Amino acid sequence: MANSLFQRSEIYDSSRRGNSALEELRGIFQYRDLIVQLVHRDVVARYKRSVLGVAWTMLQPLGMMVVMTLVFSRLFHQVEGYPAYVLSGLIAWTFFSQTTTAAIHQMVWGGALLNRIYLPRTSFSISAIGTGLVNLALSIVPLIALVLILHLPLTINILFIPISMLLLACFALGVGLLLSTLAVNFPDVSEMYQIILMAWMYFTPIIYPETMVPPEYQRWMFTLNPMYHLVKLFRIPIYEGKLPDPQSVLMGTVVSLVTLIVGWIVFSREADRFAYKA
Amino acid sequence: MEAVSNRVVALENVTVRYHAPEERIHTFKEYAIRILKRDLRFKEFTALSGINVEIQQGETIGIIGRNGAGKSTLLKVISRVLVPTEGRVWIRGRVSPLLELGAGFHPELTGRENVSLNATLLGHSMRDVQERIDDIIDFAEIGTFIEAPLRTYSSGMVARLGFAVATAWEPEILILDEILSVGDEAFRRKCQTRMENFRSGGTTTFLVSHTMDTVRAMCSRVIWLDHGRVMAVGEPKEVIQAYRKAEG
Repeated sequence: MANSLFQRSEIYDSSRRGNSALEELRGIFQYRDLIVQLVHRDVVARYKRSVLGVAWTMLQPLGMMVVMTLVFSRLFHQVEGYPAYVLSGLIAWTFFSQTTTAAIHQMVWGGALLNRIYLPRTSFSISAIGTGLVNLALSIVPLIALVLILHLPLTINILFIPISMLLLACFALGVGLLLSTLAVNFPDVSEMYQIILMAWMYFTPIIYPETMVPPEYQRWMFTLNPMYHLVKLFRIPIYEGKLPDPQSVLMGTVVSLVTLIVGWIVFSREADRFAYKA
Repeated sequence: MEAVSNRVVALENVTVRYHAPEERIHTFKEYAIRILKRDLRFKEFTALSGINVEIQQGETIGIIGRNGAGKSTLLKVISRVLVPTEGRVWIRGRVSPLLELGAGFHPELTGRENVSLNATLLGHSMRDVQERIDDIIDFAEIGTFIEAPLRTYSSGMVARLGFAVATAWEPEILILDEILSVGDEAFRRKCQTRMENFRSGGTTTFLVSHTMDTVRAMCSRVIWLDHGRVMAVGEPKEVIQAYRKAEG
């Protein structure tokens, strides 16, 4: 009986492996329950011991919004409902910066586990994005409350938000995988990235209105900046109550998917070498 | 090389070569400076060299040798963590490594949550977990503590839970790095019985140990590694004797 069981067993042959990116995809599908468990772990572990629990996820961007509003609302008085403008931008940006940073850390420190048991190597990066998505969804709640308080139009177009979140997640995963590939070789990539993130944030209209940037700079500052499009896709449906223009949707989609595919292929190709680094 | 005979593992000319800078370079900055100064020397370290072994289903294979002989590297190659630099690894069936029990445990999660996390880390689905969760709790003798966070557990309870999860499913290929000493005498006996059942049920086992008595008692064949090469494969008694002689 044992034999019949073993006959069906999966065969692994190191000399006959297919395309690394597709193998990785197949692995992740097999280990999909693990991704759920890892997200569950990160979300639960973060909240279990704090008194305010889940509220922290919502309070953190709210706190930043209050600070930004106090500091900048006079300066940017032409922006209607500035608190909602800045909060929507901050939420999208925080998701991106936190998940990509977490993806790097997971590879550098979570690598110990990858060195002991076989797991699809993208598991930790994907779960970092998953955890970020849970936090992102939670922080939309206070954003909607703010929109209502400020009497901004809340419309059916808010249903576009899940698409914006998905595109943001794809882009963040692609960037996270590319950075992890680098970080396995050079741990200080993580520090360098923090500086880049800070500069990148100020090149993206998060706390200031787009119109503040002179038109001659807008082209290279915005058009070529993926996060400009992605923040816009997230902000417009909720802050303006409109659907984003087709050009932004197209740019956002193309840039996210291309980054994800490139990141996935590069990471999967290099993944076999990770275990040699430890 | 298809399903002839009862072969479960075949290593053909397996070589693992680490290609590392002579001094460990930690930062990108340092790396960039070195490249500019052309001061980057690499050294090769061969952890395994031309390993050829075939293992049949149900064998218990002991791996012996000095520290740094390549034992752990060999286990990594078999457990798919490391893809060899050269050669071929062929494996039929799921490999369960019993390396560090509860390596993926998290102190804030309850015992039950940790069981799910650990089991999925080992490649099981949540449906598998639901089927076995009661058996796991029973075997680990955790009782109602299963709903309490892991940080409230004694170290013995953690180890028992780790062992219970890792061995809840009969593995096709089992990897043991040093023999386990889990919990008290009674629990250790229970573990031993479970291992025996696996072996009689057809599980193939790899065991790394420095305790020659254990190897002799448990293994059907022994591989002696030195400097990444196979010095001898065969009857435990003979290989251990040769190893002892060489070691003086």
